[in-house]
Amino acid sequence: MTDAPLPSTPAQTVGPYLSIGMTWERGEYVVADDSPGSFWIRGRLLDGAGDPVPDGLIETWQADQDGGFAHAKPDSAGEGFRGFGRSLTEADGTYAIHTRKPGPVSDGEGGMQAPHLDVSVFARGLLHRVVMRFYFGDEKQANGRDAVLSSLPDEARGTLIAAPDGAGGYTLDIRLQGDHETVFFTV
Amino acid sequence: MGTQRVGWPHSLSPMSTSDPDTALPRFRLDPDQTHPPLLSPDYVSTRLRAPLKSPVDLPQRITEVTGPVLGEDLVYEDDADLTRGYACAPAGQRILVSGRLLDGDGRPIPRSLVEIWQANAAGRYRHDRDSWPAPLDPNFDGMGRTLTDDEGRYTFTTVKPGAYPWRNHHNAWRPAHIHFSVFGRSFTQRLVTQMYFPADPLFAQDPIFNSVPEAARDRLIARFSLEETKPDWALAFSFDIVLRGSDATPLEAEQPLP
Repeated sequence: MTDAPLPSTPAQTVGPYLSIGMTWERGEYVVADDSPGSFWIRGRLLDGAGDPVPDGLIETWQADQDGGFAHAKPDSAGEGFRGFGRSLTEADGTYAIHTRKPGPVSDGEGGMQAPHLDVSVFARGLLHRVVMRFYFGDEKQANGRDAVLSSLPDEARGTLIAAPDGAGGYTLDIRLQGDHETVFFTV
Repeated sequence: MGTQRVGWPHSLSPMSTSDPDTALPRFRLDPDQTHPPLLSPDYVSTRLRAPLKSPVDLPQRITEVTGPVLGEDLVYEDDADLTRGYACAPAGQRILVSGRLLDGDGRPIPRSLVEIWQANAAGRYRHDRDSWPAPLDPNFDGMGRTLTDDEGRYTFTTVKPGAYPWRNHHNAWRPAHIHFSVFGRSFTQRLVTQMYFPADPLFAQDPIFNSVPEAARDRLIARFSLEETKPDWALAFSFDIVLRGSDATPLEAEQPLP
């Protein structure tokens, strides 16, 4: 232990060859394929010209269906629930995460947060990860009470809310720049 | 540090004035002069990819101050030795790269996943999109993984990566580097960076290295270590990685000392 804080190591970009080091077998699976209530969240990672980002990575972290976290101990909920997903983007910029809706978690101020995933986005051309959240479009009531969502203007809020895709899953594009730039967080 | 499951205690009503989150750590924000600005126009790829709107402050709640336990099914025995696993040893200068994963309070972060990737000794990545005329090495894939030990220490055996050209500007060359990906204990601590080698003459023209505020750049440069160099075997480089520390008492820290 030291008295003065140690200065943090600076971030650098993942570069174009991130798939060499960051490919995980079944990294997209936060839960098993046949896990009850599981679904895909899919979308595209887009740059400021609206072009796909084919050398990006999406990582997600979330509670299990009871609002517990697989923190400091794997598989807290059984069934291989790691709480964490990782998807490299494809040539057309798409990512895909297979998961379940997280349960309610405290907002630290006596209320509850709407179901959400914390998301890190990495890419060539991003010198540090950027952080966003996925919320769910069919959780209108919970979203309406969520302190983080409520603090955002309407249009900004929409950039974090994944829409039901009609096939049991959800879809949300992530826009790094441009008119509909996603809301990113300092955390 | 604990191994208990962290979650909302269901015996507590959400309307309770007791706040279970007060027992959770809060992570200090890094000072401005730590990380590169996302928009660093000399690194051309940032121009269309860096978000331009101001980020919104996200309070650190339980999702942010927890993090995954990774590694047991992702790391295999030889993954920390990039010179093994093929018929022959790879070409190039064999090196050891070791260091500690620490938080900003100097505490080691044990049993935590460290991922690396790099070019071979000729500066070529084994990747579809790398096609510059330098040789691939059939005995080197450039990928390594390990878990830190109980003291937060990691060690990789590899070869020194070569420099390589890229299209950012006329006669642009990346200094030799190894990509590092680390997790720490919580979502807030996630970091991907690059480790460089001492006194590289390519630093001055590299916009990625120079995107880091000047005072923080030397934190990305490994130190040559004669003490850890193995006689008749491998040169050693030392590279500690420091992730954000936590504030146990953020409010008190803002008060002047009596």
